[in-house]
Parts: sequence; structure tokens; C-alpha cells
Amino acid sequence: MTVSSSNLQSKLSRGEFVITAEVCPPKGCDTALFLQQSRALSGLVDAINVTDNQGANMRISPVAAACLLLREGVEPLLQLTCRDRNRLALQSELLGAAALGITNILALSGDHICFGDHKEAKAVFDLDSVQLLEAIQCLESGFDLSGKSLDGPPRFFTGAAAAPEAEPFELTLFKLRKKAAAGARFFQTQAIFHPDRLERFSNAIQPLGVKLITGIILLKSAGMARFINKNIPGLRVPDELIVELENAVNPAETGVEIACRLARAVKPFSHGVHIMAMGREEAIPEIVRALIKTER
Amino acid sequence: MIISQQKPLETILSTLGENRSVFIVGCAKCATVCKAGGEEEVWQMQEALIASGREVTGSIIIDEACHMLRVSRDLRGKQQMVDAADALLVMACGAGIQSVSAAVQKKTVAALDSMFLGNIRRFGQFEQKCSLCGECILSATAGICPVTACPKGLLNGPCGGMDEGRCETDSEAECAWAQIYAKMTESGNCSTLTATVPPKNYAKIPKPGKLNLPK
Repeated sequence: MTVSSSNLQSKLSRGEFVITAEVCPPKGCDTALFLQQSRALSGLVDAINVTDNQGANMRISPVAAACLLLREGVEPLLQLTCRDRNRLALQSELLGAAALGITNILALSGDHICFGDHKEAKAVFDLDSVQLLEAIQCLESGFDLSGKSLDGPPRFFTGAAAAPEAEPFELTLFKLRKKAAAGARFFQTQAIFHPDRLERFSNAIQPLGVKLITGIILLKSAGMARFINKNIPGLRVPDELIVELENAVNPAETGVEIACRLARAVKPFSHGVHIMAMGREEAIPEIVRALIKTER
Repeated sequence: MIISQQKPLETILSTLGENRSVFIVGCAKCATVCKAGGEEEVWQMQEALIASGREVTGSIIIDEACHMLRVSRDLRGKQQMVDAADALLVMACGAGIQSVSAAVQKKTVAALDSMFLGNIRRFGQFEQKCSLCGECILSATAGICPVTACPKGLLNGPCGGMDEGRCETDSEAECAWAQIYAKMTESGNCSTLTATVPPKNYAKIPKPGKLNLPK
């Protein structure tokens, strides 16, 4: 059995502030750019999220992409959604990931098929994210969901998604409590735009003992912000930020400023940040530097 | 009730192809309410087929086309007209179409697409409330079915796409779990929201479904 370790897990358990970023696997077999972007980030972040057919757009398998990162010495955080796989496929994917040395898992329901490039596909959702977390716990205990024992149980560091700004807030907490009970050790959040709402969220989840990695998105322009509001589920860029970007002389620079500002503001309530650079990975170092300068 | 919709006329005509004489079967129940296969639609179809240069040997509106024995018996009553036709055009749901295809050897052409088990909101407005999932959980979900009302069929609460109680797939639509939560909050009992719901047992709905009542 592969003995795997998670730097992300070690740092979080030591109480150190972590930084994760997201890189989208390629649509096609040419992984050069994906690996180049990931290598460039490897020294700066603790783990790289490998998205799973993000936004229901078909791409290379995240398990394959995560494995490629491992070979490069980069720690992956494998996102796994319930949209495209039934319980057999999810379990077998997890065992495969573990055998390849992948440890960090983000268990997700997945964006709906209607957002992606295969709108006529059948959405699976045999399990939901809570049930997926339970399936992971079950595998770790040495059994599959049918109760059959495994030759060599996997060991994961498992997290789940959270949407701290979504309303009704109380309703979202019911599900987050279930996620924590089902073994989520960290929450990686949707992009945050209102640090005060994150404070409320942080207080609310404190009893759960789950680490909080707060999402920060890098906006490029007012147009992009509007596009996100229209097309990306669960994300809503507030009007004042759109106006700020609209009035900016250099919107790309202003986007970085906004990201740095938000990252600094959320740091006191978070155990880490997750940077969604949306194709502008080169700006991540600046956000990281802004964070390092901020005392928790 | 089974909600169905008529296929485009061009599709129906092209499926009929070289079949010049047609017997039309409608249904007096669901397809009539959906205005897809009732008396009026059968009559309009007859006109359209004649306009396309075909002959209509006859027609029948069966009271519940899903009733196999009744379909068989009613078609026998129109034996001559059925025999005279090259094909039977069935304006009923998939169940009704198959009652017909099981009763006669002739080519059976589907005129409707069957869509869902629907409630009637008001005349001409149908909504899916139940997915026939084989294991009803409505007692634990304030009488609102998340298997159906949530586009992802999530059993343990809303997904990350919900905001302001709206669904990520349609900003006009209320999130199923927001509806459930609102109703539970109103009644002052959210206790069932805290329990994790296990994965659904799809073995409860084997395909094809079959039920034989004890005699």
C-alpha cells in the first residue's frame, strides 16, 4: 500500500496558515501548460486544487491530473463530484487515487450539467456530497458501501465545500454540520466578498472543529465580474466591486488589489485561503505576499 | 397523471413515411387533459394526415390507453378499420402506445413524447412533484420532495449553488431545500433536517417495474 502524507493536513494541524490555489486540468491530452502553471505555483502554495470537470465542462480526469502533479512533486487536492459518477465509480476512483498516492480530497456535489458543454448528458447524483463524505469514511474503515472488506484501506485528508455568504444561512449550516459529522476536516469556501459575513460564518462553524480555507477570487474586469454573476453558480460579485473595476484605469491591477484586500480582511477568521486566479496564476505571488505581510 | 406532448407534425409524417393509410388511437385520460391526444387533437391529426395525402381509415379514443385488455378489446371492435390501415398512430403516453403495439401486429407510430408524472396546477399547467422513486421520504421533508424538486435530487440539504433561497439552475425557481426549510421553520420543527439521509436504494425500483397484487 502506498504510504501517503499530506503537507496540507500537517500544516493545518500545526495551526499554520495555508494557501491553496486552483488549476484547471486541460481539455485534451497536452498537459504541458497545466504542469507549467502548477510548477510555478508549487513553491508558493501548500496544495493545488485539481478541478473535476469544472462547471460541468468535460476535461481530463482529475485523478490523472492529480497524479501528474504528484510526479512533479506538487501536492494535489483532488476535487471529486457526484455529478458524473455513481457510487461504484466514486469508490473506485477514490481507491485508485489513494493507490496513486493522492491524499487530499474535496468532496463535492458538483455544478449542474446545464452549466457545461455537455448539456444533453445524464446527471448522476447517485450520492450527494454528505453521502460521498460518508463513503470516504467507510472506505477508510476498510469496507466499501456494500459492506465488503477492502485489501488495503485508503487514508485521506478530506474536506468539503461551503458557501458562507449564501442565504438562508441557517439552512446551509444544517448541511455543514452533516458534512463535519461525516468526516470533513476542512471547508474550502466559495469566493468571499464580504469579510463581515465570513466572520459570522467562522463563528457559526467554530463548534464543528473544521478548518476554514476561505475562497478568494481574482477578478480581471467588470465584464468578467458580470459574467461570473450570470454563469457561475453560487458566486455573486457585489455591485460596489463591479463599479470599482469599471472605474479603474487598470482593471487587472485593481482586481489584484481587491483580491489582496479581501485576503487580508479574511485572514483573521481563516486557517487558510484558497485562491481562484481564473487563468491569471501569475498574480498569485502578489496575493501571497500581501498575506504574509498580514499578521493573523 | 402522465404529462405528454405532441411530437412535431413533420416528425410524425416522416415516421409514417410510405404508410398511406392510418388508424388513429387517442386516450380519454391523461393525453386528453394534456391536450395532446384527446378527441380534438385526434380530429386535428386526422385533418393534417388527410392534408398530407394520406387516408385515415378510422379512429378511436380509448378510455385509459394504459389498460391493455381494454385497448385490445376496443381495437377488436374496430377490426376492419384497423386491418385497412398500414400503421396505427397512437396519441397516448408511452404506456398507451405499448398497449396498442402489444395488441396489434401492425406498425405502431408514437405521436407523443411522454414527459413526467405531473400535478395539475390549473388548466393547461402541469408540474412534476413526484419522481416515482420507490421509497417515499415526504414524511421527513415537510411534504416537499427534494428527489424531484431539486434538479440534483440532493437528499441532505441545498448545494453550494443556492442563494437567496433560489436554485442555481433557474434564478426564478425556489430551491427545494429552501422550501422545505421554510415550511419546517413555520411549523417550528426542523428536527428531521439534522439527520443524515443515507443513499437512495435504487434496488427498490428495478427496471422494468412490476407489481403483482396478491390474489
